[in-house]
Order: sequence, then C-alpha cells, then structure tokens
Amino acid sequence: MSTTTRTLDVALSTPTLGSDGTIRHVPLTADARGTLMPIDMAPGSEPDMGSERMLINIGPQHPATHGVLRLVLELDGETVIRCVPHVGYLHCGFEKIGEYRQYNQIIPWTDREDYLNSMGNNIAYALSAERLFGIEITPRCTVLRVIAMELSRIISHLVWLGTTAIDMGAFTPFLWTFQERETVYNLWESWVGARLTTSASRIGGMAADLPPGWIDGLKGFLRSLPKTLDETDRMLTRNGIWVGRTVGIGVMSAAEAINYGLSGPLLRAAGVAYDVRKDVPYLDYETYDWDIAVGTKGDVYDRYLVRMEEMRQSVRIIEQAIARLPDGPINVDDPRVILPPKRKATSEMESMIHHFKLVMEGPRPPVGECYVATESPKGEKGYYLVSDGTSKPVRWRIRPPAFVNLSAISKMAEGHLLSDVIVINASIDIVMGEIDR
Amino acid sequence: MSVVLPGAALPQSTPDPVTPRHVPHHGGEANPSVDGLRVQFGPAIGRHDVMWGETTVWVDVTRIREVMLWLRDDPGQQYDYLVDVTAVEHRDLDLPLEMVWHVRSLPYRRFLRLKATLDKNAALEVASIEPVYKAANWLEREVFDMFGVHFTGHSDLRRILMWETYAEGHPLRKDFPLRGRFSRSEQLSQALAANPEARYSMEELSVADAFHELPADMRARLAASVRTGET
Repeated sequence: MSTTTRTLDVALSTPTLGSDGTIRHVPLTADARGTLMPIDMAPGSEPDMGSERMLINIGPQHPATHGVLRLVLELDGETVIRCVPHVGYLHCGFEKIGEYRQYNQIIPWTDREDYLNSMGNNIAYALSAERLFGIEITPRCTVLRVIAMELSRIISHLVWLGTTAIDMGAFTPFLWTFQERETVYNLWESWVGARLTTSASRIGGMAADLPPGWIDGLKGFLRSLPKTLDETDRMLTRNGIWVGRTVGIGVMSAAEAINYGLSGPLLRAAGVAYDVRKDVPYLDYETYDWDIAVGTKGDVYDRYLVRMEEMRQSVRIIEQAIARLPDGPINVDDPRVILPPKRKATSEMESMIHHFKLVMEGPRPPVGECYVATESPKGEKGYYLVSDGTSKPVRWRIRPPAFVNLSAISKMAEGHLLSDVIVINASIDIVMGEIDR
Repeated sequence: MSVVLPGAALPQSTPDPVTPRHVPHHGGEANPSVDGLRVQFGPAIGRHDVMWGETTVWVDVTRIREVMLWLRDDPGQQYDYLVDVTAVEHRDLDLPLEMVWHVRSLPYRRFLRLKATLDKNAALEVASIEPVYKAANWLEREVFDMFGVHFTGHSDLRRILMWETYAEGHPLRKDFPLRGRFSRSEQLSQALAANPEARYSMEELSVADAFHELPADMRARLAASVRTGET
C-alpha cells in the first residue's frame, strides 16, 4: 500500500508561545488513513520542554476538593512536582468565640466544625468539660454516648465512601450510602429534634433520653447497614478501576505517618494500630469486644479497607451497647451543672433561683486545664480547655485531626499524577469546617 | 508485613489501659518522664504538676528543640507522636503568654504536656520543632497566625487561616476585639479590593506568569534562589 505523506501546518488547540512571544506551530503529517503524526525532527532541533513547569490551581470552589480547599499544583507534564494547599476560606474563629461563651453554650459550635460527625463532637466536648468540672456521668449516659458516637462514625464514613466513589466515577455507591445515612438522620431527629446540627450533649448528661421505640429503629438500621456494606464491597473492592486508581497511591509509611502526626484511618492504614478508643479509652470502650482495623501499605486502597472494616466494628460495638443499655437517669445529680426539673423551677422559689443562676451566669469549673482526646472518624479529636474559675473558658482549643492530616497532602501527592491528587485528597476525608474552624 | 503496636515498650504484664474514673483535680502519679527530663536537662526544667491526671512540665523556652529531640529519640522516652502545638494567653494581661506542646509516646503509652512562658514585652520567639516533628508545620503556622509567635527555623512560616495580607493583628490575642480591629465598612472595602492572586506564595508566583509583576526585592530574592517557602 502506497503511503502519501502530506505536511500540514497545524496550530495546536492550545498554542504554545515561543520565547520570543510568537505562536509556535507544530508541523504534523498524515498517513493514508488520515492519522496525524508529528514529523520526525532532527535530533537536537526539538525544543527543550524539560524545564517548563505548569502551575495549576484547583479550587477553592471545586466539587472534588470536598469543601473550600484550594490546591496549587506545580506540574511537570502531568506529574505533580509540588502541591501547596491553601486553607482558611471557612475560618469563623470558633476558638475565639468560645472564649466569650459559657461552657454549655459552646456545644452548638462543636456541631458546626466537623458537621458530618456533629454528635461525636458534642460528646467529645462534653467529656472534656466534664473532666474539667470533675463530673462522673451516669451508666446509662455512658452507653448512650457510645451508641451515638459509633453511629456518628458510621454516617461520617458513609459520606466519605459515597463521595470518594463519585470522585472516581462510580455514582451508585453514593446513592446506597446516602440512603443508609438518611436512616440515622431520622433517628437523630426523633431523639433530639435536629438532623445535622444535633447539639445533643450537655455537661453531665444528654439533652434528652431516648424516645419510645428508638432502639427498634436502631436495630432496623443495624440489619440493613451490613447489606449495603456488602453490596458496596462487591461493587468496589475487586473493581478494576477502583483498585487501579487506589493501590500504591499516596503511600505513607508507618514512621512517616507518625512523624506527620496523622491519626485515624490514615494512621491505621499505614500499619500503626493506634486507636484512641483502645490506647486512651473513654466511655468504657475497653469493655467492648471489638478489633482495630489496620492496613499494611498506607495507600488509598488500605484507607478504604480500614474505613469499611471500622463501620462493621462500629456495628459490633453498637450491638453490645444495646444489649447492656441500663435503665436509670441520663443526667448526673449535680446542681452545679444540671438544671432543676421544669416543674420545680416554675413552682419552687429555690429551684427558680437555681435555674436562673445556671442559665444567666453559667456553671463555673475549678481553675485548671485538661486535654481529652476521642477517636473521631477523622482521627484523634481532642479538646483542650483552660479555666480560670469563671464561667467562660480562657482557652478552648480544638485539636483538629483533619487539619494535621491535610498538612501531609504535599508529601502524599508528590510524584503522582494530577488525577491521583483528587483521589489522595478524597482519601484524607477532610471537612473544611473542622480544618478552618 | 508488620504492624506498629502501641505499648510495645511496656512489659508484657502491663494491663491494658482503662477509662479513668474519679480523676483527682490535683495530685496523683506524675509521668515518669519528668524525672528523666530533670536528670538530662537539670535547671532547664522548671516545676511540674499533675492536674486531672495529666502531667504538665515547664521547660526553658530557649531549649525546647533539644528537649523535644531528646524526648523523641531517647529509648526510655520515645515520644514519637506530636499531638498539638498551641498557646494560651490569660485574661490577666500581666501574665506571660504560654506555649503548650502536647506529646504522646505510643510505645510507652504516655502523654505529656510541655509548657514554656514567653515574655510579652520582648519579641515572641521560640524555636520551631518542625525539624523534630513534621506535624508541627501547620500547627506552628496556626499559632503564628493566631498569636503572633515567631518560630525560628520553621520552613514556611506564613499565615494559614487568615490571608497573608491580613493587617488586623493576631485574632486569639486577648487584646484583639471579638469583631476585629477594623470597622465593618473598612473590612468590607478591604475584602472587595483584595487581589485573589495575593494568596499565591512567592515561590508559586515564581512559576507563574505574574513573576514580572512582583516587587523588585522579591524578584531579587527569587533570582538568588533564596527559598522561603515549601521544600
């Protein structure tokens, strides 16, 4: 077959500028079938592109950054040379506002930092404030809080799973996981009246006891969730695209992960069996029978496996918690922090004064400071409170796990392709409300 | 394949940790690392106290990096995990600013709070511990942003939550009003006039087309390849 070669003078759709400012045309040839190919150029006549880097900006408004995160990438071809994250677009000064609020008034702010785990934050903050007040909560409250925290972990991981699958082009798991999440939000609504911003905890107890039939609703959720997890598992775990896009991406070794201060599923995926619930237990977590999910390679695929297993372990914990849920009061009998019953407050003078003083002046902890850590879905979430004996804290510090985890993205993204940056960013499971606070 | 197990340096007979109950306000057993610190650093270690079960030890602010390096690398301590870096300013403005470091030893399952005071009448400067713990990178940037503490030896000390040209000061200082220093109209006009490109760091701009728009001194520093940003 004879080949006719014609030279075409074609400007690239994205014209390249030469060093003198003129548009550079790239000569191409076409073979008999019309396939375009560049003309063979004499060695050395090719322009040296090696030193040309491209700067790409992703965000702050971009669906794949999971919030108002901005990433500035320096690219060599499609390879990331440097990744510089910029945060702070959602900064509201939570810690500053906390210094002007009474201890119970801070609880609604904790909803709004990591808003996928609002119940977990409420309880984590209450635990920290209770340490500062020296309060021991009741047995029923302890078990209720375990149920709430684990449910909160499950829905946070479900959002992560659904959105990460969308980032990689799989839309169906998103619908499945959000369907399950809806059930938990219905449970929240029937318990405390709110769905997203629960504000469910109080210092020394909870805002409300469970309504009748709530545990039955929870049992229904515990029956349907494992099926959804199995379906998602079948869909993703051995899926060629999923495996190809996650295995070996964003690897952090165990030593690096510890030095970078990673926590939560990222740290465990790197092979460090550190979980605050086991190593610095709270809410009697040591008395439940459950296992820590640990990965070995520290890549995105291991983080996915760790989160999937954590949801199953949370189901195990909740089942044990339901079995042991004792009767009794949910609030401690401590007039320093707990309001008198409404009936008494409207009929007895002493109770009314008590109610008035607690609401207007607020409870006063002794002078001191404490740091209480909990295992949030993102990692080690701790609250550091400093009190000078007044009804407002001197310092309310949130130890934000996603903030520290995100700081390692530069390290994780280096040397990977641009499309991998999206996957790596998704695997960190960031919530900008918590990072910017 | 192996897994890092917390508590690995403890004897086999050590019981698993349990939820603390009836933690005393003051007193209780101090973290054994305090004695180790006193033997190693002598007068650089100040008083220590145990509050709500957590040990706080005061260290000389000029020696913090040495102390951290020793805590991380000494086989008897192994504080390999930096939990948090923050600062506290008291409502009594005569009290000095306090730097707070929370460190955790995974092998020994210990938690330690280190504190150092910074005189507010002098320059607020402390050595960065980023060379010891990479986790300190953003945490120290946040303390710099919110309190104005300068960390010497930090690889990239820029504001992180506020924008780089933010001129109202450091929000978590007690003399900073809750609504900010500037009036609402001033804040609004500044926000409208702000150049969104201003949040590129110098090194990013060096790669970007806007290089020739940089001030002359920045261009000179970049031409001399003085790296100030991310490495």
